[in-house]
Amino acid sequence: MDALEIARWQFGITTVYHFMMVPLTIGLGLVVAVIQTVWYRTGKPEYLRMTKFWGKLFLINFIMGVATGIVQEFQFGMAWSEYSRFVGDVFGAPLALEALLAFFVESTFLGLWIFGWKQLRRGVHLACLWIAVIGSVFSAYFIIVANSWMQHPVGVEMVNGRPVMTDAWAVFTNNTALVAVPHTLFGALAVAGGFLLGIAWYHLWRRRHDGIDTVGSDGKVIPGEADIPGRDKADHKVWITSLRIGAVVAMISFAGTALTGDLQGKLMFEQQPMKMAAAEAACHDGTGFSILSVGNVGSKNCDDVVAVIEVPGILSFLAKGDFTTEVKGVNSLLDQYKADYGTHLPDNPIYGDRAGQEIEYVPVMEVTYWGFRMMIGFGGLAALAALVALWATRKGTVPASRGLMRLAVVGILAPFGANAAGWIFTEMGRQPFVVAPNPDPSGIDQVFMFTAAAVSPGVSAGELLTSLVVLTAVYAVLLVVEVKLLVKYIRGGVVSAMPELAHAPADENEDATPGPGGTGKPGDSDDVLAFAY
Amino acid sequence: MELLPTIWFIAIAVLWTGYLFLEGFDLGVGMLMKLFARNNTERRVLLNTIGPVWDGNEVWLLTAGGATFAAFPLWYASLFSALYLPLLLVLVALIFRAVAFEYRGKVDTDRWRAVWDWAIAAGSLVAAFGVGAALALTTTGLPLNSNGDREGGPFAWFSGYAVLGGLAVVCFSLLHALAFLALKTDGDIRHRARSWFVRLLPVLLLPIAGWAISVQLLSGEAWTIAAVAAAVVAAAFAWHSGRNGLEGRAFLSLGAFLLLGSASIFGAAFPVVLPSTISADFNLTISNASSSDYTLGLMSIVACVGLPLVLAYQAWTYWVFRRRVSAAHIPEAHSFLPAIAARALAPKD
Repeated sequence: MDALEIARWQFGITTVYHFMMVPLTIGLGLVVAVIQTVWYRTGKPEYLRMTKFWGKLFLINFIMGVATGIVQEFQFGMAWSEYSRFVGDVFGAPLALEALLAFFVESTFLGLWIFGWKQLRRGVHLACLWIAVIGSVFSAYFIIVANSWMQHPVGVEMVNGRPVMTDAWAVFTNNTALVAVPHTLFGALAVAGGFLLGIAWYHLWRRRHDGIDTVGSDGKVIPGEADIPGRDKADHKVWITSLRIGAVVAMISFAGTALTGDLQGKLMFEQQPMKMAAAEAACHDGTGFSILSVGNVGSKNCDDVVAVIEVPGILSFLAKGDFTTEVKGVNSLLDQYKADYGTHLPDNPIYGDRAGQEIEYVPVMEVTYWGFRMMIGFGGLAALAALVALWATRKGTVPASRGLMRLAVVGILAPFGANAAGWIFTEMGRQPFVVAPNPDPSGIDQVFMFTAAAVSPGVSAGELLTSLVVLTAVYAVLLVVEVKLLVKYIRGGVVSAMPELAHAPADENEDATPGPGGTGKPGDSDDVLAFAY
Repeated sequence: MELLPTIWFIAIAVLWTGYLFLEGFDLGVGMLMKLFARNNTERRVLLNTIGPVWDGNEVWLLTAGGATFAAFPLWYASLFSALYLPLLLVLVALIFRAVAFEYRGKVDTDRWRAVWDWAIAAGSLVAAFGVGAALALTTTGLPLNSNGDREGGPFAWFSGYAVLGGLAVVCFSLLHALAFLALKTDGDIRHRARSWFVRLLPVLLLPIAGWAISVQLLSGEAWTIAAVAAAVVAAAFAWHSGRNGLEGRAFLSLGAFLLLGSASIFGAAFPVVLPSTISADFNLTISNASSSDYTLGLMSIVACVGLPLVLAYQAWTYWVFRRRVSAAHIPEAHSFLPAIAARALAPKD
């Protein structure tokens, strides 16, 4: 592997990893904010418990997103200096604005939320969480604006060989971003939905398994109590409510990803036709959508790909909204790209050893074809499972089956897989470009950049390999730690996030009786802060 | 002289100074976890003084980096790629440090806490040293060729200035943390922090003074040399205030020292943002490294609205958590009681 390939692997690994934590942060943050709002409005103790429990898991995960996010920002300059020089005028701004307008808000107000349980009035405390969560949504917007500019460069002019921003409005309202933002946010909510559903299922199952909850002759649950802190009747409410919230969120967010994904697909057929043709492994022009293609879809030779099951018309529907328009396949697009952007990389030192090589315009089709299908497959599976779960728990608890419980827990991973597959598809599908050319207008004079030109010329393959190994190892260790802590706190149940339930049950009532509107006052004078550390 | 690039040079100097001011003391508190705190309760006092604010402080680093990218892409690209391995170390240090704050209290064993205490202390040390080295090198120069790329291999950046800058930020952070702890804690920790502050101030400010003076020798001007002199006065005032038990004044005077010192350093470097030690022709300056006026203008408008807001709500955070923390406040470690494991302990009926 040369420097370019190592740098690409590093970017891929660190980004996919970072984007395990981020959707859970965004999705779970929104859900916890809604739950705390319900508690604030109704004062029902189960909603306080849910806020504390899901909030604890949210924070364990949040910190990993923060820690791995710094790598992302530094990496552009460290490993992709030529890219940074080329795009900095337009790409740097959304990154700077993300830090200034989103990260500050998110980190500061989350600090207030974590430590301010007793210092702030209830309404202010709740507002802090909402502000932090909105901050995380803003950060998603800014980073997607940056990414969308790489998919569909707008609002710039070439000056002295570099794109210079001339229309900020066009950059910040890029239609690529306007559909990608809701798509990503629904994807994040899908992760949160599955997370709530799987974990709540486990706890309901555990309560049945331990003989606390029983099922009456009509099949309805009879919630019970064990003489153990936190395992009372309210605990049953915590989990059945969480499960239902999770299932509903999962289904709504799948519908949301499908709708926004459809819009995105139609845009992409216009903006990056090769990516969509590669997603279909569609070599020849046509209208059919491949359900299954065999042969070597990774092959650069289109003749090796045989569509086994193909539904006529569907591809046209995905691309244009009708069933008859011919959609251009890889072969005819290839000629077009060669005519527009050349057949060989220019003889320029920024391409290093690759200068003068033939350009491979077709992305790795194994990745685009299967990435596209895994995204849709995992997403749909999770939504279907949520529907089944809602039906299966209509009488107030889960089936006693251990196998089903395990399936529900493993199912937590499906939306994560869908998110990762979607991003891998869209980033790999953009190759060989790091900044894909805007086809309107197309041509060699327009704004685009080959990935081969983007890597830092002054950084050696050895340095990149060192960082790839170090970061991957650190990330692997921390993943084990994070998952272990999550499992520990999940198994511990509400009381692990609310030790006051174990020590002095009276505390909970005190906390839980603000009544609608929340008349609570900042805590008594002994409380300096809510000691979280 | 171009107006917008000058404004953004100042803005980036302000962001780095803001970072050193705010994260300076929390990096220092991190190092003091091993150097100063005597037992677990004291360590928890230290952690909780910065608990609500450290993450917000760290965003200053991200903002300084992002603003450099947006306003001076060529500066960002050359500096970050030339310092590839040292910045990798900084990243790993910041990752472990951030995770350690959150995870340290999540398992109740001495071994677990010891591991994360080391992560906090070492992570803070390495991050402070690395940021200091990078900032020193951007004022004294790196071996850059005409394209702005580093010549001479992965360690070509290494020089006495890197060590000096690294030590400068490490030592300043330690001192700033002592001033902060004297201000934010009560009881024994407060008194010890104050007495350490007074005794160590002259030593801990030596490296940063050395850096400021070397930059003056390289490219100083009358006003920047005057700023160095004023910084020395501020340091003396900080020492005097600390000695007389005026903790707030000591902390703020030290902040003034940082402000003046950093003005003298960035001011002397101006208008060069990153000198090349190979040839002055390859220097990156505010003119040849900056973004277009359009981009800088847009960023200026947003910063004029955004930055005062950030300062306002961050100040509010410090106000909300203004009260001193002491060992007596620290509650028992949350005894973790897994509802399920506890079943075996429950009385059987």
